[in-house]
Amino acid sequence: MRLENMMITAQMEIAPKIFQVTLRGALAQTLETPGQFIHVQIEKSIDPMLRRPLSICDVDMDKQELTLIYRVEGKGTKRLSEKKLGEEVNVLGPLGEGFPIEEVKENDTCLLVGGGVGIPPLYYLAKQLVKKGANVITILGFRSEGDIFLESEFEQLGKVIITTEDGSKGTLGFVTDAIHDLTEEYSVYYTCGPKGMLRAVENSIVSPGYISLEERMGCGVGACLACVCDLAEANVETGKVYAKICSDGPVFKAGEVII
Amino acid sequence: MNRLEVNLPGLVMKNPVMPASGCFGFGQEYAKFYDLNRLGAICVKAVTVERRSGNPTPRVAETPGGMLNAIGLQNPGLEHVLQHELPWLEKYESPIIVNVAGNLPEDYMEVAREISKVKNVNAIELNISCPNVKEGGIAFGTNAQTAADLTEKVKSVSKVPVYVKLSPNVTDIVEIAKAVESAGADGLSMINTLLGMRIDLNTGKPILANRTGGLSGAGIKPVAIRMIYEVSQKVQIPIIGMGGIFEVDDILEFMMAGASAVAVGTANFIDPFACPNLIDGLEERLDELGFDSLTSIVGRSSALCNLNHVR
Repeated sequence: MRLENMMITAQMEIAPKIFQVTLRGALAQTLETPGQFIHVQIEKSIDPMLRRPLSICDVDMDKQELTLIYRVEGKGTKRLSEKKLGEEVNVLGPLGEGFPIEEVKENDTCLLVGGGVGIPPLYYLAKQLVKKGANVITILGFRSEGDIFLESEFEQLGKVIITTEDGSKGTLGFVTDAIHDLTEEYSVYYTCGPKGMLRAVENSIVSPGYISLEERMGCGVGACLACVCDLAEANVETGKVYAKICSDGPVFKAGEVII
Repeated sequence: MNRLEVNLPGLVMKNPVMPASGCFGFGQEYAKFYDLNRLGAICVKAVTVERRSGNPTPRVAETPGGMLNAIGLQNPGLEHVLQHELPWLEKYESPIIVNVAGNLPEDYMEVAREISKVKNVNAIELNISCPNVKEGGIAFGTNAQTAADLTEKVKSVSKVPVYVKLSPNVTDIVEIAKAVESAGADGLSMINTLLGMRIDLNTGKPILANRTGGLSGAGIKPVAIRMIYEVSQKVQIPIIGMGGIFEVDDILEFMMAGASAVAVGTANFIDPFACPNLIDGLEERLDELGFDSLTSIVGRSSALCNLNHVR
């Protein structure tokens, strides 16, 4: 975990309100697992004041670069989207516990299910899984054809199924519809997206899996207890009945926390 | 001589800076960033008799110059704190203040009695000002008599000095400060957060699941300064000042207003090194302003005003 200024080396709008930004700095090399996030202070300001937790979409260790994909939702992300190349942001990270991939073996098949801006962290995960020799099937859910991003990038790593809520491309409906239609077997799944989607995914798959949660955060390091969720069962060692999304998560074993 | 040293009941502090309760957990998260011995004192999160799960999320909402929080006193409970959190802090020399909360006076008394027996606890901070719980907290802090009664009860069982943390959500904070002083408080902490609300335009509902929350951050500093200025002239006990400290000059402003030490809250979330950075900048600023020591500036503002008044 480090705190450093990282320089913006690329930034573009890849879909309506969806931006891809690349940050350069030594911190990039300290990323341990896919699914970790960084806490970004977009500028020293009183509005916005707090850092923004952003997931990591890709890492280039050699170039010391992190790529993030985010949706412009409020003042912080709006301001980030207006930043020019060469400008810096202050980054705290990498933070949190990411997707565990140690148990995945060569030729295992992994299912990745992402919705909207929950998709980006699955990309670096997919790359790592493919590197291990695993097969990756990805289901990506969007509102409409115009909102689609990262499709071709995922296609280079394995089979991709697109779902859209209006049926303008791919399967009409939600990611869970594509899960039901799936004929392939898989040993583990990984998912990230809105809470409703995560709940539905968790309910429709029996294989073991991992879910990545998002929540409004304060400190990002586990001190302020702003981003907690309930554990399905109290921790045997500590007696704790909750988990901190920022430091115990954002990735949890499916069923471990109540979504 | 250490120009930054301040001495308060139960607390020998090498500098006036401590993290504010609720913003620093029990220290373990920030110990990953720096040596907690750098701190003048360590004020840990509120402790209640039973474990508390706190409020539903979202628990934070941002606003220009500040943030609203509604954590709801989530903590692992007295027993766990006694068994795990406080022993972990034993390796540090900085004095420790434990924030104590509860639903009923008996709850406060039980926590204070047990916590104050622990050898590395130097003081307790009596939380009569949390705005985010349905029972206890602020319910004890908005009426002078209720606040005084609770202070007296907790004083009767505590083996360490008691600092009463006051709520700014009152018409006359001086009245409450004087009442708790008369009831035996050794010091005051002020201010807790100001009650606020934000609404999400997309849903039309409050952003916080608790609907209301406590406002902290730079925006509340003038309220804190005004209250400390007023209270410090009417009580003899020392004040730990807090509310929007982000810069070295903020610390000096709090002390000139009448605080003897300060606590840093929200700033930790933006910069995990906020406390040590502030401590590092203090001496240089004292030199620039031409002051020998920090203690010499405490209450300077009211002293000067009163002097002018006499003339």
